[in-house]
Order: sequence, then structure tokens, then C-alpha cells
Amino acid sequence: MPPLLRRAVITGFLGGAAGIHVSLVGMVEDFQGRDTIADIVSVGTMLPILIAIVVGWSAGSRMRAPLIDPTPRESLLFGTLAGAVTGALMALFALFINTVDVAWILSNAKPSLADLLWLDQGPVVGSLLLIIGGALFGAVGAVLHVLPGLISRSLAIGGAVTIVVALMEPFLGAVLRNVGLRFLEGFLYASGGLTLPGFILVFALVAGGVYLWRTRGHGTKERVEAMPADRRRIGKIVLYLAFIGLLLLLPQIVGSRLSEVVGTIGLYVLLGLGLNIVVGFAGLLDLGYVAFYAVGAYTTAVLTSPASPLISPELPFWGALPFVIVAAAMIGLMVGTPVLRLRGDYLAIVTLGFGEIARLIFLSEWAKPIVGGAQGILSIPPPLPFTNHPQVIYYPILFFCILAAIAASRLAASRVGRAWNAMREDESVAEATGVNTTKYKLLAFGLGAAFGCLSGAFFAAKIGTIFPNSFEILVSINALALIILGGMGNIYGVVVGAFVLVGLPELLREFAEYRLLIYGVVLVVMMLLRPEGLLPSRSRRAELHEDQGDDEAMYEHEAGVDTGRPVVTG
Amino acid sequence: MQKYMRWSAILVVLMLVLAACQGGGGSSAGESAGESEPAASQPEASEGGGGGTGSAADCEADEFGCIELAEGDPLVIGTALVISGANEALGTDSQWGVEVAAQFRPEIAGHEVEFNHQDDGCSAEGGTAAARALVSEENIAAVIGTSCSGAGVPAAEITSAEGILMVSPSNTAPSLTAPETHEPFYARTAHNDNIQGAAMAQFACEVLGVGSAATIDDGSPYADQLANVFARQFEEQCDGTVTAEEAVTVGQTDFSGVLENIAADSPELLYFPIFVAEGALITQQAKDTAGLEDTILAGADGYFTPDWLEATGDAAEGHYLSGPDLAFSGNFYEDEFLPAYREISGQDEPISVFHAHAFDAYNMIADAIEAVAFTDGGTTYIPRTALRDAFFSTSGYEGVTGTLTCDENGDCADAKISVSQVQDVDGELQFVRVWPEG
Amino acid sequence: MPGRPPRLNLVNLFLWLLGGGILVLAGVGAFLTLSQGRLSGDQWESLIVAGIALGSVYALIALGYTLVYGILFMINFAHGEVFMWGAFTAYFAATALDDAGMMDANPILALFLTLLTAMLVSMVIAIILERVAYRPLRGAPRLVPLITAIGASLFLQYTARGFYGSGVRAYPSYGGLFEGTIDIGPLTMPIEDAVVVVAALALMLALYFFINNTRTGRAMRAVSEDKDVAAMMGINVDRIIVTTFAIGGLLAGAAGILYTLLFNQVHFFMGFLPGIKAFTAAVLGGIGNIIGAALGGLTLGILEQLGPNLFLTGYNIPAPNQLKDVLAFTVLVLVLIFRPSGFLGRKENV
Repeated sequence: MPPLLRRAVITGFLGGAAGIHVSLVGMVEDFQGRDTIADIVSVGTMLPILIAIVVGWSAGSRMRAPLIDPTPRESLLFGTLAGAVTGALMALFALFINTVDVAWILSNAKPSLADLLWLDQGPVVGSLLLIIGGALFGAVGAVLHVLPGLISRSLAIGGAVTIVVALMEPFLGAVLRNVGLRFLEGFLYASGGLTLPGFILVFALVAGGVYLWRTRGHGTKERVEAMPADRRRIGKIVLYLAFIGLLLLLPQIVGSRLSEVVGTIGLYVLLGLGLNIVVGFAGLLDLGYVAFYAVGAYTTAVLTSPASPLISPELPFWGALPFVIVAAAMIGLMVGTPVLRLRGDYLAIVTLGFGEIARLIFLSEWAKPIVGGAQGILSIPPPLPFTNHPQVIYYPILFFCILAAIAASRLAASRVGRAWNAMREDESVAEATGVNTTKYKLLAFGLGAAFGCLSGAFFAAKIGTIFPNSFEILVSINALALIILGGMGNIYGVVVGAFVLVGLPELLREFAEYRLLIYGVVLVVMMLLRPEGLLPSRSRRAELHEDQGDDEAMYEHEAGVDTGRPVVTG
Repeated sequence: MQKYMRWSAILVVLMLVLAACQGGGGSSAGESAGESEPAASQPEASEGGGGGTGSAADCEADEFGCIELAEGDPLVIGTALVISGANEALGTDSQWGVEVAAQFRPEIAGHEVEFNHQDDGCSAEGGTAAARALVSEENIAAVIGTSCSGAGVPAAEITSAEGILMVSPSNTAPSLTAPETHEPFYARTAHNDNIQGAAMAQFACEVLGVGSAATIDDGSPYADQLANVFARQFEEQCDGTVTAEEAVTVGQTDFSGVLENIAADSPELLYFPIFVAEGALITQQAKDTAGLEDTILAGADGYFTPDWLEATGDAAEGHYLSGPDLAFSGNFYEDEFLPAYREISGQDEPISVFHAHAFDAYNMIADAIEAVAFTDGGTTYIPRTALRDAFFSTSGYEGVTGTLTCDENGDCADAKISVSQVQDVDGELQFVRVWPEG
Repeated sequence: MPGRPPRLNLVNLFLWLLGGGILVLAGVGAFLTLSQGRLSGDQWESLIVAGIALGSVYALIALGYTLVYGILFMINFAHGEVFMWGAFTAYFAATALDDAGMMDANPILALFLTLLTAMLVSMVIAIILERVAYRPLRGAPRLVPLITAIGASLFLQYTARGFYGSGVRAYPSYGGLFEGTIDIGPLTMPIEDAVVVVAALALMLALYFFINNTRTGRAMRAVSEDKDVAAMMGINVDRIIVTTFAIGGLLAGAAGILYTLLFNQVHFFMGFLPGIKAFTAAVLGGIGNIIGAALGGLTLGILEQLGPNLFLTGYNIPAPNQLKDVLAFTVLVLVLIFRPSGFLGRKENV
């Protein structure tokens, strides 16, 4: 078989497998209730369509081994073919579940699913439709290779953004209402998705915008660069001020629900910044970071809540904060000391153990007289008088996030940061050159604990009630995943990572049972496509792409040029 | 045919967009394909209005204002139940209960009911997020939720601050309706743990006549509280001895350690009000533990489900379970509720125990809304504080879960708890109601 | 290198005090408990038996972690889910056989068939996992495959949830094959437990033999020593890595069915906890070492059952068994303080 044909068939099969997977898991059926384009395409129907497009796109793309650049005709042909294979597999699958009863194993494999895939047209017409539809959407994907690069890129970005805008209906709709653009909401959104005119408008705007920026944007950039230095500085300051103003007004713009989400993102930014010190700077793999979060939350709760079992002076939130920091230092040393001599994965499992120990002790009957056991601690007072409304509590969280970010970036650039760097690269060498690794390891744990406890303190004050089950291992995993996804060692990366891994799932809460499934897929796919993270620190990226020519990496590093070109390994 | 039209519409649109043409043709095709029925099912405006007699002044007088529904607007009820994660059966079951109720009563005060389903995640942060999401929607009439008490505490605070009535079908923690911690707009149709724990203790000494008992909880607030209440009541009411109060962790599968420790004192009764997975395993393993062969096993509504019965198998025989007393709900539950539930859920049997509570919550909310809603110029107004007051003054409501009367702290459940035993009926294990008699 | 710098001694002193303190506390606790005489000799015995059975399952899962770690130096976080898929497969195979009447008519053949299907499916999943999630990332910093492993773990877990539903399913019984008890040396064991222990032992011996006495086994050891040199010696490194994952998958599938034999239920979340425990066992025994994994598994299993009752009851701590995992992890920390590479770990891995 010619290699291109072979690949097309294989890609088609993989696409078919993916389509069958989303059907069997139940997403196709469960997401029928919400539309991407009002009354035309539901979110459930969109999934197989997207799969076919991706399949067509990859079957028509350039082949790496053996190196073949398909002609436009070949791209189109094999893309269509691959899409058709995907459609045919789905048709076979529908036929299978319609005739054989496997619902006792696969709970979603019911004839109703087959009918849905066949678009209620019965086996013959339905199967044909699936194959033709697969081929058509495969062709749509392949067309991206045929069109000039710029146009196809604009179209692809436009499509992706438009779908996200459609999925974000409950939130963007609320934002539009909040800023007084109710008519726009009515025009854009209906039945949980975009209206058809809205869809076309958003798509056209985004795709057109991307196209224009790519063709004309260069000129703008040059003009900015050509400006005299003082004017550029003024421009920069204006931009900064605008950014700060946006940050300050954010809760008012986005409304109370999104403020809640932003607050949660803020807590995870704090967690991420702290964990970044331990893992990203010092290279100590900590899987039990939740222990610090829990200690911070419980210290705050015990000291401030009138409902806490232990009789205490009931400090206000800000009065308790110094004690939280002290507790953080103590817990940091307690976790840090026993693991001083452990490296790599031994460290990982021991810290994971510490995380579990913390949660179990807070849960236990034994510690119940102090921390309330399974009943948790209620009535924790808010940090600002009378309210823990998300639009208000946002400000102290923002303040501490900024403070923490500044502290972290200062640390990274300082002598301490360089010592951590040396320790991370090679511990023995660092020790031999006179770095006191004991001191710096404990310092990393102590600082990491301080950030984690701070985040925990705000968590307690924000929710007002804490239970041990808020401190499960998933928090540690979330924090670790967000710093790696964002780009380890990079402070902006933490923010981006927190937005993607904490913010988006919060926004997609109604996809409840599929959230973690999607989360898992995102983690795998992101790591495969961009192992260095979304916003890698420069040295990391250089490390990861050594094989692509050190000279280039060195050049980029020295000149400080960020080409912004996506780097794909594989 | 309609689907086919949509399909072709998508194709047309995509082709057009790709060809960088104008999308007008596609748009009209899509619209004509999509919209046909809604107008027909609109309620007649004159029907609406409900029984309230009010005026615009009432809305101004009401601290939290009115819910305003224009003619033809849907009435939105939010739910905040656990529909993902380890406890999802609990919340999904309640959500189906609500949907069954809406099937019987699709309109309230002349407006079609729409739902906004949120996930309480069975945690404090999940409850906060769900409640925030709901209160930020305009015109949420009321909230049914939460599933878990841990989520209920912060959620009740948030909804009460906005003046939105929230009724939980399955929160059982006493603190939620204790006078000092009760949030003004929070009520529940589920029974307080204090009632169920005490009922089991009473059953244990009065009917079973046991003098010693041990408890196991799983670290969830629900089980911890119930086991605790049982133990205290068993000591007080019955003068019994509590030999051990043990705890296990969720996800644990081998309970030898706990069971051997309890077996050291050979208690006459072992009470473990936990959930299905661990409940089934403890039941099986207790049967094989020396010293517990003759111990009576008992649990609560956390695993009072066919799921548990199936997972436990023969070891379940003789087990006692407490739960809401559904005996007097007459034939409605068997003849009408369950068939509708089966249809909506696709399950043969209810997957958890609070669907009936959710059903009652929906209907009580609907009654309260209709009692206070009034119409003025085609618009329906529902004053929020009045709605809350109307709900809290519910008295003698004949629901599926009994006769419900709300007290000033929001406890509405019928205080009747029944105990069932797993018995062999014609070669098949079934739950048979044994107490109270009649 | 000239002796350790003096400042480290302070740390060492602290660690020794910490370790010693915990040991003394444990000793006193055990003494107090035993002098209370709460549990009888028979009860201690059945705790140990239950611990051995549970520990054997942990050990089997731990082997998967250890094998992969020995070769790739990565934590295959998704291994617990491979185990869960094995258990689910066994459940469906057993249910089908039960419907066909085979479980009662010919339980041994039925057991063999379920075992075979479970092991095969787990193997296939492990191989796919390697191909999709790990192979493209070979050579990336070690945290990257860790994150894909976590992602793959969530994916497998929630795929099972979507495919099979979220309820707890009851595993059918093998027609009374495993009822009753048997005396092995001084211990009286339920036959179920004995079967699990014997099966686990047999599989571990087979693996040990395979690693040490076959061509592929030697190749695996060579790859674990040095991939580049192994490749120069003409060993197909990719193939060896796939083989390793396949063997790990086979063992996880077997562990899955043994686990359901003991506990009679399957559930989509069931892989998580045993996965973490087995990983702990692997580290405890010295990661990368097969006998160490067995040792670690048994230690952990027995400790979980025996520990709270032995060490904590004496202090009258309420609900001591709630703290069993605290105890397990404390022991892990303790062992690693004194032996930073576990019971039998290689020094280089430290």
C-alpha cells in the first residue's frame, strides 16, 4: 500500500475509535441538550464532526517518515478517504449496537444511541449519511492544507475560538448582560449556544482578525518600534495602567459568578507559585502540597471561627494570618527535614504520604476535639468585615497573588534562586561547589509552605466552612499539573496554567461527570504537543530542544528573542 | 426528517463560509428547520397568576424584591445536587425525582418550568460554586439542593443572602436547622440525623432488645453524625453500652482490622450508617469474622438501595435498615411515581433514597409560589420573602414522604422513620418493612 | 570526599531522634495494647492472614510499578487503572460464564478463563498506554511523563465510568469453590486467601525466573542498566520497553481478578487506592527490585491490618483503624530515613 493511503486508513480507524469512544462514554447522547449553533448543531453532534475534521486534516498533512509532501489533490483525496473510513466505522458500530445487545456491559450501547448516530434515518440511509458526512468533514479538514497557509490558519483559529465562545455561553452571556450589552447577548446566544448569525459573525470577526493581523500586523509592530523611545515608554505605561485598571474592575465587569471562579483561580495561582518554588526552582518533586493548603486553612479556621471546637481567643482573619505563617514554617520544616536525603521519586511518594497523613489526621476522631473531624469547622469569618462576597474577597486575593508573584520573581533572580538552580541541575555538583543544599532545600519547603498556607487561609475565609474532604490529593495533582502545563519555572505560566486547568473546568461545571475525563485528555494531549508548557521559561525550552540545534537556542537566549513560533516535538 | 434538514443546513453553512460567501441562505435554512413547535406549547396567559393577591407595592416592600416573569417566560428552578464523583448516585437520583415532579406538574403559576442543573460536588467549595452560579442567574425562583450537608452549609449562606429559597432533599446534618446556625431561606424535606439516629436506637432496644452496640462511620459528615447520635441515644434511651465507635475510610476494602477490634467485645448490634461500596463489604466481612457471627447488623438510608442488596448477596439477609417511612404514601408511589421515574432515568429501580424527598420539595415549592404569585398587566410577580414565608408555613402537606410540616428552622420532614429488614421472600432477598407496625 | 560537613549532623541527629521517638512510641503502644489483652490470639492470627492476602495483591500491582521504573525511571501513575480494567474485564467474563452456567459446573475452568481474559485486556491497555502516552515523551524531563500518566489515569478511570456506569457491581462466586478454610503451617487461612497468596507467589516466581533466565529477561536487565549500551549491543530497546509494559499489564490483570476474589465487587474508582498503596509498597521495598516489591507489599498489607490495633489501641485513641494509612505512611518515612532506597533498593537510585 502506498504510504499516504496507509496513513489515511490508519488515521481513519483512529478517528473511528475516538468517535466510538465519545459515543460509548455517553457524551454524544448527553450533550444533545445543549447547542453549539442554536437549533442546528448540538454539542453532542459537534464531537464526531470535529473528530472527522481533525482526521481529514491529519490525513492530508505532510508526512514525516518517509518524508512526503502530498500535493493538494492528494491531501484532499486522502483527507476525504480518512473521514469516510471514520464515518464507516461509526456506521458499523451503530449497526453493531443496534443488533447485538451489549448494554449489560457498555451501559450506553443502546439502540437509541444507534438511532442518534443514524440521525433517525434508519440503518441504510443513516449509514450512508455517516459515511458521506465523514467524507465531507474529512474534506473540510483537508482543505486547510490546500488553501494558502495564512487563510487556513485563520480559518482554523476562527473555528476553534468560535466553538469556545459558543461553549462559554452561560458566562459570556452573563458578562454581556453585566456590562449592559443585553441586546448583543440576545443576538449572539440562544438555547445554550450561538445563534446562526452570531456564529457567522464571531467566526468572521476572529478569522478576519487573525488574517488581518498576520498580513498587516507586521506594519503596526514596525511603526511601534520606529517610535521614539520616550513615546514608547509612555505607551508601555498606558498599557500597564490599562491592565491594572482591568484587574481592579474585573469583578464588576464579570459579575458575581465569574468572580467566584476568578477567586478560585487566584487561590490556585498562589498554590502554583508556592509549588513552583519547591518543584520548579528547587527541583524537589512534591506530590503532597495539599498538606500545606490544609494546614493553612485549618489554622485559620481554628483561630478565627467561633464554632471551632477548641476554645480560643477567636482572632479576626488578619490577626490569625501571622500564626498561619508560623504554622507554615513549622509544617514546612516538618515535611522538609525527613525528606532531605531523598531524591526524585522517593521524595514524591513520601510527600504524597504527608498529604494523606494531613488529611486523615484532620478527619480523624482523634483530632476531633481540636479540628472538628468529619463535621469540619463552620462559621469562619471573612477577611473583610461582614462579607465574603466573591466580588469583594477578590481584592485581598489579588493583592497577595501579586505580592507572591513579585516575591517569587525576585527570589528566582537572587542568589537563592541561583543556588536552587544549581541544586536542581545537579545536587552533587552543587554541594561540591559549596551550596549548602540542606539550607536551600529547607528554605524551598518553608517558602513553598508559606504560599500554600496563605492560599489555604484564604480558601477557609472565602468558603466560610471547611471539611477534610476539601483537601484530597486531587488538589496536589491540580497544582502540579498547572505549573507544568503553564510552563515550569515561569510565573506567567502559573497564571495561564491556573486559568486553563482550574478556571475552565469551573466554567464547564455542567459537564459534571465528563469534566475529569476531558481534563485527563487535555493533560495528555498538551504534554504530547508542548512538553515545555504553554509559557516555558527560556532555559527550560532550551533544555527541551537541545536536539534541534544548540546554536539556535543559544542565539534566542542571548538575543532575548521570543519568536513565538509553536514548537512541536514528537 | 428534521434532523436531516439540520444536517444539510450544517453542510450548506460550512460550505458557504469556506467559500467566503455570505451566509444568508444557510441561516434561513437553519432557522426554518429548527423552529416549529415552541409557540404551540406556550401556556395561556390568562391561566397564570396563581392565587396571590398582591400589587407592585408588595415587591417594593419585599426586602429582596420580586421574581418577575413576562408572559411566556419560563419559571426557572435551580438544582444543586451532586452529579459527579463518588457520590453521584445520591444527587442524580434526586435530580430525577425533581424531573418526575416536573413531568406531573410542568407549569407553576402559569409558567412552564425550566431547570438549571448545577453540581454541588459533595464538597464545601462545590456547594459554593453551584450556589454562586445559581444566584447569579436572574429570576431563579428557588433552588432544590444541596445533596451533601457539607455543600449545604455555604450554599445556604449564599442563597439566603440573596433571598432565594433553597430546599434540600437530602441534607441531614443537624447544624443546618439548628436555631443558632440556621440560614433564613434554607429548608429541607429530608429528616434530621437526630431523628433517624434516635429512631434506630429506639428500635434497637425496644424491639430488638439489645444491650450492647458498636458503630462504624466512614468519615463523611453524614455517617459520622448519624453514628454519633445513635450511640448517644442508645446510651441514654436504652441504658445500653456502646462498646466501640470505629471509623473506616472511603475506598477501603479490607475491614479485618476494624471488625476484629469490634469483635473483641462481641456487641449484640453493629450499626454502620455508611454508603453502598463499603456497606456491602462490611456486611460480607462481618459474617466471616469470629465473634460477630450472631451480631445483628444495621444501617441507614445511605445504602438502603437495590445496588447494595445486589453487591452484598446472601450476606444481606437479616440486615436492618432505617429510612423514611413511605408506607402511607398509598398507591401513588408504586403506581405513578415509579413508572415515571423508570421512564426518565432508564433504571429499573431507584438508585438512591432521596428521590421522593426531591419530588416533595418541588411540589411544596410550587404550592408556595402559587400561593404568593400575582399577575399585573401580563407579568407574574413572585415576592421573594413572601415566598419564603409561604414555604415555611407549609403545614400538613400530604407528600410522598409523609405529612410534611415546616418548623421555623426549616425542618419540614415527616418525623416518621421506618425500619426494614432484608428477608428471603420466595427465594429472593427483599426489603420488608418491619417497624413501626401498621 | 572528606567526611560529611558538620551541619548535616544536626539534621542527622534530628532524624535519629525522630525515628527513635516513633519507634519508642510504637513499642510502648504495643506493650500497652498487649497488656490490655483486648484481642485474642486467634484474632491476631486472622489479622495477619488478612494482611498477607491483601499484601500479596499489593505486591502483584507493585511489580508493575517496579518493572517500569527499573527500565524507564518513571512512575507509571496509570498502573492502578490498568488493574481496575482487569478487574472489570474479569467481572464481565465471569458474569457471562455465570449466565452460561459454567461458574457452577466447572469453576476451575471458569476461573482460568476469566483470569486469561482479564490478563489479556490489561496487557493490551498497558501496551496502548505506553505507545500513546509515554513513548513520544521519552527523553523529556521526568515530570512530563508523570503528568501524562496522571492524565491517562483520569482518562482510563472516567472512560470506565462512562462505559460501565458508576454503580458498584457484585462479582459472581465460583460455585462454592473457595469456601472453607485450610491450614498452612501454623496459620488457618480461608481458602480464598490461600488461593490469592499462592497465585501471587507463583506469578512472582515466574517473573523472577523470566527476568533472570530468559533471553528477553536478560535484555530487560541490560536496558535497565544502560539504554544506549544495550542498543549498541543489538537489543531492540523499544521492543523491550513494550514487553515490560506488557508484563506489568499481565500482572495487574491477575491482581485485578485476585482482588475481586477477595472483595467481590468492582467499581470504576477501585484502582486508585490500591494503585497508591502498591506504589508505596514498591518504594518501601526498594523501587526497581522484584523481591523488594513483594516484601514491601506484604509489609504494607500486614501493617494496615495489624498496625492500628497493635500500636494505637494501647493509647486509647478513638477509632484507631481510621488512622491505618497514617501509620502506613509513617512507616514509609521511617524506613526511608534509615534506608533512603528502601529495603532492597540499589544505591544508585538514591
